[in-house]
Amino acid sequence: MDTLTALATQEYKYGFTTDIESDVAPRGLTEDTIRLISHKKGEPEFMLEFRLKAFRQWLKMTPPTWPNVTYPEIDFQDIIYYSAPKPKAKLASLDEVDPELLDTFAKLGIPLNEQKMLANVAVDAIFDSVSVATTYKEKLHEAGVIFCSFSEAIRDYPELIQKYMGSVVPVSDNFYAALNSAVFTDGSFCYIPKGVTCPMELSSYFRINNPDTGQFERTLIICEEGASVSYLEGCTAPKFDKNQLHAAVVELVALDNATIKYSTVQNWYAGDKDGLGGIYNFVTKRGKCAGKNSKISWTQVETGSAITWKYPSCVLLGDNSVGEFYSVALTNNMQQADTGTKMIHVGKNTSSTIVSKGISAGKSNNSYRGLVKVLPNAENARNYTQCDSMLIGHDCGANTFPYIEVQNNSAQIEHEATTSKISEEQIFYFLQRGIPQEDAISMIINGFCKEVFRELPMEFAVEASRLLGMKLENSVG
Amino acid sequence: MLEIRNLHATVNDVEILRGINLVVKPGEIHAIMGPNGSGKSTLAKVLAGHPSYVVTQGEILYNGRNLLELAPDERAREGVFLAFQYPIEIPGVSNASFLRLAYNQKRKHQGEEELDPLEFDDLLQEKIKIVEMDKAFINRSVNEGFSGGEKKRNEILQMAVLEPQLAILDETDSGLDIDALRIISNGVNQLHTDTNAFIMVTHYQRLLNYIQPDFVHVQMNGRLVKSGGKELALLLEEKGYDWIKDEEENRQTAASN
Ligand SMILES: Nc1ncnc2c1ncn2[C@@H]1O[C@H](COP(=O)(O)OP(=O)(O)OP(=O)(O)O)[C@@H](O)[C@H]1O
Ligand SMILES: [Mg+2]
Repeated sequence: MDTLTALATQEYKYGFTTDIESDVAPRGLTEDTIRLISHKKGEPEFMLEFRLKAFRQWLKMTPPTWPNVTYPEIDFQDIIYYSAPKPKAKLASLDEVDPELLDTFAKLGIPLNEQKMLANVAVDAIFDSVSVATTYKEKLHEAGVIFCSFSEAIRDYPELIQKYMGSVVPVSDNFYAALNSAVFTDGSFCYIPKGVTCPMELSSYFRINNPDTGQFERTLIICEEGASVSYLEGCTAPKFDKNQLHAAVVELVALDNATIKYSTVQNWYAGDKDGLGGIYNFVTKRGKCAGKNSKISWTQVETGSAITWKYPSCVLLGDNSVGEFYSVALTNNMQQADTGTKMIHVGKNTSSTIVSKGISAGKSNNSYRGLVKVLPNAENARNYTQCDSMLIGHDCGANTFPYIEVQNNSAQIEHEATTSKISEEQIFYFLQRGIPQEDAISMIINGFCKEVFRELPMEFAVEASRLLGMKLENSVG
Repeated sequence: MLEIRNLHATVNDVEILRGINLVVKPGEIHAIMGPNGSGKSTLAKVLAGHPSYVVTQGEILYNGRNLLELAPDERAREGVFLAFQYPIEIPGVSNASFLRLAYNQKRKHQGEEELDPLEFDDLLQEKIKIVEMDKAFINRSVNEGFSGGEKKRNEILQMAVLEPQLAILDETDSGLDIDALRIISNGVNQLHTDTNAFIMVTHYQRLLNYIQPDFVHVQMNGRLVKSGGKELALLLEEKGYDWIKDEEENRQTAASN
């Protein structure tokens, strides 16, 4: 019997009135819902306390209105916050998969076996995903790296969770972070011990028994002294989800001389041409460079979702610590994105780099919002920000909102911004050399995004660039 | 190879070409001269299929096919090449990758294997000699920050790589220093065979000292009003365009009487 069922049939502790036999919580959010989630997951007491504290905070908060995006008000009492993960029926072969999805896979150049995994097709014996995953896990184990689901981590490493969870993004940080802290269902946990360089890139979709982590995902990565890791989140394949609201929290902690590189490719369903049905992606991502000489680097390629609201940030506490943010955000049709970063310089000789590339097409709206903050004790802080926008067509918009707050005058802050357009004459130049329009656009866009793609792991970069090309098909008139 | 019959074309509803007739056979070199604004670049762009130009009358046959039915990129893959009067800059796209993509599109079109970056680099090293260009240029972004003359030379490099059947050079000689003019002319002469043809738009007779045209045409007001051999260019250099203008006006009054 698995732990979940065991706990679910356990004696009823907290006096909540919900039917504990049910695999689905009733709609809406009350303390009872939270007790149910925690109970169903068999969590220790501290976890329930954490959730309840977050929930009580959340009740006092309101959704942020400052982002440059518009959407109908969300009814938080109309959401189901818990349903037990059900295994999806495996398909026998790729023939059973939606041909449109296969077409997309082909365009992205995703290898056959990965296609199968993504489309939930049983994988051939030789390339058995379980065995791949097992060797993966063994290798990590040898190195002493912990990489598991958040639920497993709560069960197996409660002291690490207790020490670090909420230490970077406090429960009261913002409305959606508070909501996530109250109701998160699962996510990823990784811990790199002292002095260890993680022997491979950690990828969220290779995690064993990867459940549908759902709409409130939580990730925590801890790099001990002198350790380093590169973590990949998401994939270029299109991702559909019946849940419209997604509010994830990602926390990174880098101790002395540690390095964390976190790369994301996000391609969630963006809705139809009129913007109907797309995902709202409201994420809080933050890294703490807690130790001296530590480094946290965010790289993101954001192409999906109807609305994107995210600001992967770095708090540069340790002296000589380094924060980086490399971002490509593409919006098309009715998509809206308000994304950027915050670099908070606290320690001495801290430095940060921000490279943001916004591409807007169709009727979309793309905003960069960035904060560079230098606190009084941050001697010799340095920041370089480069913020480029590209417009495709005449109906889209691009905005930049750079905020700079400097409280120590030894700081050196540089900011560069450009806006460009793909002109009809440029396209004609390509055409005249025999290059079709679609290739022309993807070549120009690739050139535009070069500094960001360079930061991605090689294979990912190739897929990401194809993805952008595909997202822009038919978008130059 | 190319046959233009009574071609009329407009841009923004203004008629610029008003009845062009021209026949170009394989192996021929044609020069088109004419005053500023007479529609020479317009003719070049119409041949290449620029979307701003609307053909309102007439037809263009290319190797027996209706050229106007082909999309601009198809025309290019079929061997029509335009060296632009004002080559455009494409930031972020390297000359080498741009050229390779163009070259491979053409290979693919002809049912040939595409070249990988290494194989293509060998080819490019050969071609770059034709235009005596510094190798550093192939890794720079297409035309970005190139001087006027360097841009023109880059156009010829592209031509050398793509080996078009019909090349239209729109004032490729303008803005070139004396050495560059000689180099580019040599390039054209090397690439010229008896199966391809060139249309060269130019303002200067001196280009024709290097490249021997079979025909020289004078374009005025959207028409080719006078054609001749190489000596016509010398005459134009000496006497300007006024006498042709007069001739043309006389002819027109005669026609309308
Ligand atoms: N997009 C446009 N909109 C309006 N007028 C145009 C446009 N393009 C060209 N023209 C006009 O068409 C006429 C012919 O231009 P074209 O560039 O073909 O001349 P040209 O013979 O090449 O001149 P030059 O010797 O100066 O290069 C000019 O009067 C020009 O202003
Ligand atoms: Mg011209």
